[in-house]
Amino acid sequence: MSVIYFLISISIFVAVFFLYAFIKAVRSGQYDDDYTPSVRMLFDDELKISTNKKPIQTIKEKQV
Amino acid sequence: MNTGNCFHCGLEINKKEEIIYDEKSFCCNGCKTVYEIFSQNDLSCYYDFQASPGATPLDIKGKYDFLDNEDIVSKLLEFQEDATHIVSLYIPHIHCSSCIWILENLQKLQQGINTSQVNFPEKRVRITFNPEETSLKKIVELLCSIGYEPYISLDNFDEGKKVIDRSLIYKIGVAFFCFGNIMLLSFPEYFEVEEYWINEYRGFFRWLIFAISLPAFFYSASGYYVSAYKSIKSGMLNIDIPIALGIVVMFIRSTVDIVFDYGQGFFDSMTGLIFFMLLGKLFQQKTYDFLSFERDYKSYFPIAITKILADGSETSVQVYDIQKGDRLLIRNQELIPVDGILISEKASIDYSFVTGEAVAIEKKSGDKIFAGGKQMGKVIEIEVLFSVSQSYLTQLWSNDVFQKKIDIKHKTITDKISRYFTPALLGLAIISFLYWIFIDTNTAFNVFTAILIVACPCALALTAPFTLGNVLRILGKRKFYLKNAIVIEQLAKVDSIVFDKTGTITTNKKTSITYEGTPLTDFDLKLLNNALRGSNHPLSRRLYEFIPNQIKLIPTHFEEIIGKGIYAEINGNTIKLGSSQFLKTMTENTHKKTKVHVEINGVYKGSYVFNNQYREGLEQLFHQLSKKYNLIILSGDNDGERKILEKMLPSTTKLVFNQKPEQKLEYIEELQKQGKNVMMIGDGLNDAGALAQSNIGISISENVNVFSPACDGILDASQFQKIGFFMNYSKKAMKTIFMSFGLSLAYNVVGLTYAVSGNLSPLVAAIIMPLSTITIVSFVTIMTNFYARNSQPATRNFQPATKNNPA
Repeated sequence: MSVIYFLISISIFVAVFFLYAFIKAVRSGQYDDDYTPSVRMLFDDELKISTNKKPIQTIKEKQV
Repeated sequence: MNTGNCFHCGLEINKKEEIIYDEKSFCCNGCKTVYEIFSQNDLSCYYDFQASPGATPLDIKGKYDFLDNEDIVSKLLEFQEDATHIVSLYIPHIHCSSCIWILENLQKLQQGINTSQVNFPEKRVRITFNPEETSLKKIVELLCSIGYEPYISLDNFDEGKKVIDRSLIYKIGVAFFCFGNIMLLSFPEYFEVEEYWINEYRGFFRWLIFAISLPAFFYSASGYYVSAYKSIKSGMLNIDIPIALGIVVMFIRSTVDIVFDYGQGFFDSMTGLIFFMLLGKLFQQKTYDFLSFERDYKSYFPIAITKILADGSETSVQVYDIQKGDRLLIRNQELIPVDGILISEKASIDYSFVTGEAVAIEKKSGDKIFAGGKQMGKVIEIEVLFSVSQSYLTQLWSNDVFQKKIDIKHKTITDKISRYFTPALLGLAIISFLYWIFIDTNTAFNVFTAILIVACPCALALTAPFTLGNVLRILGKRKFYLKNAIVIEQLAKVDSIVFDKTGTITTNKKTSITYEGTPLTDFDLKLLNNALRGSNHPLSRRLYEFIPNQIKLIPTHFEEIIGKGIYAEINGNTIKLGSSQFLKTMTENTHKKTKVHVEINGVYKGSYVFNNQYREGLEQLFHQLSKKYNLIILSGDNDGERKILEKMLPSTTKLVFNQKPEQKLEYIEELQKQGKNVMMIGDGLNDAGALAQSNIGISISENVNVFSPACDGILDASQFQKIGFFMNYSKKAMKTIFMSFGLSLAYNVVGLTYAVSGNLSPLVAAIIMPLSTITIVSFVTIMTNFYARNSQPATRNFQPATKNNPA
């Protein structure tokens, strides 16, 4: 049954590892902004390659 | 694609000024230019995330010239090295996902920008750039040209590196780690089975639990020991004393238990308690990143201003370096940072930052100009009279009120209760100990510690944070943003409310005059205009300015009946203007609106209605509030509107006029000396002193992203008529706290009966503690939500997201 020492040590080690990961994540500022990343991840590489490079000059300025 | 609204900024298009470009309509050239920039750089996806997300770029010519000054730039930079500069800019316009997208693609618009990252809640963008390829000035100008003007003020100049305090999060993380693992390791012992292997490994489990509890005991709970020590030292018994005592006793007793093999100890309950209490603390700490409650004039003032040197050349100079006698150049929309004398011929200065009054004031050459105004129109020159810190407005900040930092201004409700709770608890523990010591010494110690453990006011300490934290969130959703939870307690205690006039109970929109009745001919207007010219009544003056200029005619007869109206005869036509009693042609049914009735040649024509600029719902609000509160209006203006206000507001309202900023502060102080709890509602910088002096200062803002003076809370102007509801709700919140105190005391009594009789097993403790916590938390959450729903009128108006204009 002394395998229990081994198993418990592993479980504690895993827990300590997670605690370490958590503290590291907080320290790096990951939790400072919890909104923007949620929007950012939805952006694809949205750059449209416009079909015609030169904009159509159809300015109708009706200024009075 | 013609919706009548601008494709870029979404504002309604004035048909005459519509610009069609690329089959899209724009309201002005500026918006079109931004679209052009984006489409030429393949960034037109900007418009896909959100319809019309943009803002019209403003004219900024010369405004950012000060960014050529190396010293100023280096103060603004967050990080500075040869090839890398990092700057973090506050951009008020950030409001949607399109904004995030375009600002994070800045490198496609400007060479030299490496990365840019948006922090949406704080409305900040952090830009990394290479100073050899671009400069801060170029970046700022780029941002302006696409409608994202950053806000750079004197505040940025002073601010050092911001240190973010994350210790509470670490503490919670550690506490949770300890709590979870100890719970898990305690399970075998909970069931008290006498199996061989449990007995075999008991020692190992217990010592492991002991080891794991150490970080929670020494690190996570450290705040409570410090606070308890401080409170004993200052002679005030706060809630942290019984908490710290409970934790320490729990730890010692548990350690003794396992050393002498009496039992498993209370490590599970102890770490659980620490974890839950820290969680409560976090919950109460709701902050609004995009708001600042600590602003002073520095947030309004520019960093640098253009100075004219003796040889006529211009240079930008840091605002603190301005000296008496300097000549300054103030451009359109620029803020005047110091008191001075106008040298240019004419200036039109908008003091809305200071007074809340939106109408610009005309100044002539030689007039004195006070700091805090914004020049509207042409470029002007002024000569400096005082340096920044000695100017009329900024001197207000040298008052003592602004010197005392976060002090113990408020005594919280929990602290008040713990003043009785702590001695009672200690008394009970000692009495039980003395009783048991004659029967059995061992049990006596057990009982003594058990009482301190059970009565550790975990539920009591959790009540207030969770209630107030939740209330804070509910109010925030309704656009009433409070600095912290203590303000709610204060709000419930208020008995006098002081309002500023201009900008607070009035809107900053200009008064409009409308005409109702049979249309007037040009001839009628001519008669009216000439009849009005002779009158000095304020309404006549305003109406005279409203009616377009006409040919002068001299009245043959003119009579002004004070308080009634005007009677005039011009070229044989008779004109009667004035109140309904004066005209006697009709009975007035709405006497609340200010009206001037018109009768020409004996025929009743109609009336001019003066739409007052008071906020909607003002009368109802005051009548509602006057039942419970002392109401005072404290205005910096003259008493020209006294009559109107007296008519509109309940008779108990006190009206005080002609108050300078310091006098406002003193007035509040005087009220407080009379034992009143004062809430000040104001808006301009001239209220800053009064806001700081009052028990609670609330600042009203048309746009919460624009700047408001230092205060305890910011109220969106659209919610003005709900002040009554907010006051009521804060009282309900306090009621909830009292009810839940009752509940937690009941738990304590149950727990104590176990403890006094000496039967507290670790299992019972482990059940009672989380159970009471969960009950309390759910009880207060349900109650606060229930009250929020019920004390609110049924009509809940959902407002479209307000468009923010860059300040």
